[in-house]
Amino acid sequence: MKSSEGARREAGEPSPPETPPGPTTTPRGGDEALFVTCPSCRGPSYRKDVERRLLVCGTCGHHFRLTVEERLRITVDRGTWQETWPGLVGGDPLHWTEAPDGPAYPERVAAARAQTGHREAVVTGTAEIESVPVALGVMDFHFMGGTMGTAVGEKLARLVDLARETRRPLVVFTASGGARMQEGTLSLVQMAKVVAALVRLREACVPYVCVLTDPTTGGVCASLAMRGDVQVAEPGALIGFAGPRVIEQTIQQTLPPGFQRAETLLLQGMVDMVVHRGDLRTSLGRLLRALSKAPDAAR
Amino acid sequence: MPRSYLDFEEPLRELDRRRDAAAIAGDEMQVEALDREIASVARAISAGLGAWQRIALARHPDRPTAIEAFRVLCTDFVELRGDRCFGDDPAVVAGLARRNGRPLAVVGHQRGRDPGDRVRRNFGMARPEGFRKARRVFDLAGRMGLPILTLVDTQGAWPGTESEERGIAESISGCLAALAGAPVPVVAALLGEGGSGGALAFAVADRLLALENGCLSVITPEGCASILDRKRTPEGVARAAESLRMGASDLLRLGVVDVVVPEPEGGAHRDPDAAVQALGREIDRAFADLSEISPAALRSLRDERLRRLGRSELAVLVEPEQVC
Ligand SMILES: [Zn+2]
Repeated sequence: MKSSEGARREAGEPSPPETPPGPTTTPRGGDEALFVTCPSCRGPSYRKDVERRLLVCGTCGHHFRLTVEERLRITVDRGTWQETWPGLVGGDPLHWTEAPDGPAYPERVAAARAQTGHREAVVTGTAEIESVPVALGVMDFHFMGGTMGTAVGEKLARLVDLARETRRPLVVFTASGGARMQEGTLSLVQMAKVVAALVRLREACVPYVCVLTDPTTGGVCASLAMRGDVQVAEPGALIGFAGPRVIEQTIQQTLPPGFQRAETLLLQGMVDMVVHRGDLRTSLGRLLRALSKAPDAAR
Repeated sequence: MPRSYLDFEEPLRELDRRRDAAAIAGDEMQVEALDREIASVARAISAGLGAWQRIALARHPDRPTAIEAFRVLCTDFVELRGDRCFGDDPAVVAGLARRNGRPLAVVGHQRGRDPGDRVRRNFGMARPEGFRKARRVFDLAGRMGLPILTLVDTQGAWPGTESEERGIAESISGCLAALAGAPVPVVAALLGEGGSGGALAFAVADRLLALENGCLSVITPEGCASILDRKRTPEGVARAAESLRMGASDLLRLGVVDVVVPEPEGGAHRDPDAAVQALGREIDRAFADLSEISPAALRSLRDERLRRLGRSELAVLVEPEQVC
């Protein structure tokens, strides 16, 4: 797989600057669909209206899951995004197949690449948010459930190092079902690898703002997603370690409404704030300016 | 306590019974003959085991637990309890002890021994309090310059509502951070099963050892099988166990584990003290290797060890990929 795609072994130089992210090409409800259906209130809306509202349902306020492009477009200052390590990919250490006749892991990855246009489930780079330079990571739930394998772990660890070396605040948008099963124990240990880098970042007194988006669960939740100096969550985001289905099987009961949702975690003290997507950029700017002792925003 | 036998161990039951009877009767010749036969039958059983059966051995009710291992490995054990926030979790055992006369901090998952103890300890499936107690002891050890020894033996963190409500994810990430940043030697051993994040919480180390039937996996074979096939058949679970390559020898090959410690014939539960003492010799070797290294260098080496894991799998695609 690697050789046919013109891969070469591990070099990992940052890529040249890329053009700023273009408009969304989200496949939700079909690429050309005029309408989208809200997964929360089931209401139909004009796609254009929903996009104007930053992918938030006008009826119930449900925050749609974003593609990386959509997230960057609504978060970073125009023209400041520079992606790092876009070509970094992992292998197939376990020679994984889903079932005796099921698809092989490399085929799953190839399908995710075709669907998202990205090589892996996290995109990393540098950018400015309200004029504050940051090291930025955006996890992509549309890429194999945002799961963390060796390449995702490596890109995140390098991003943390980049933040420390350049003293840019680290901002990570998490969206993940956890560690990537198909790379086995090597995926599990990525949790430790990224957290080890975060320990160094903390010791260097470089701030880390984690933005938890829907969903952030499993090994990603139990590692980088809970180590932020400031924990921000999007409304309604599912945040937790065990999946709701697993918990229901364990306790043999249906879970109460709001369980593992951002608003509940706020009450339980696990996040600092739940911020509507429309206010997120402003809130991040305010936080980042305070944490990096930058002057207040020009009025 | 009477021994327990897994289905594939059944051939040993009658031999064990006859051997015990001979021992009571004082028939030493017969005991020796039966010991030889038992060893040969146990060896034959071990040789034919699949991944799923090895995991069954890692979960064997007679397998040594962390407390029993600490009793064999250490003297002067003092248990430390409580997380100073909410409670004390009996699924985690932590404390101070001495090994070869030198003080160290010890932490492990505790599955429990008899049925009542197992329930009380929630079968070693820790809640946030357990991880926060561990973290407290890791931090204490770091401040006091005490080496850390951990034993991993859990199917995973407890997936209940109370775990989520009290921040199980944060508590696990806190252990990862504490061990990654500990300015003292850390040696961890896979004593039994290592299931997912709750196991990794104690497995960030300078050296990761594993008993022969120990394991560490991203998900339990049962969990993996239910994701791949909602019906979760026994065959599916066995297949998942194979696919996950989670056994000690696979982990050695992947570079996750540094040393695999052979178990007595038939598995650690057939002679727990011998199994733990063999592990103890490797623990001593690991600590000896680490004893002369400065705290800063220890941490660099530990970070580098983590960075190495999976590195050979990484590649950089240079040609732009065709996107449909
Ligand atoms: Zn809606």
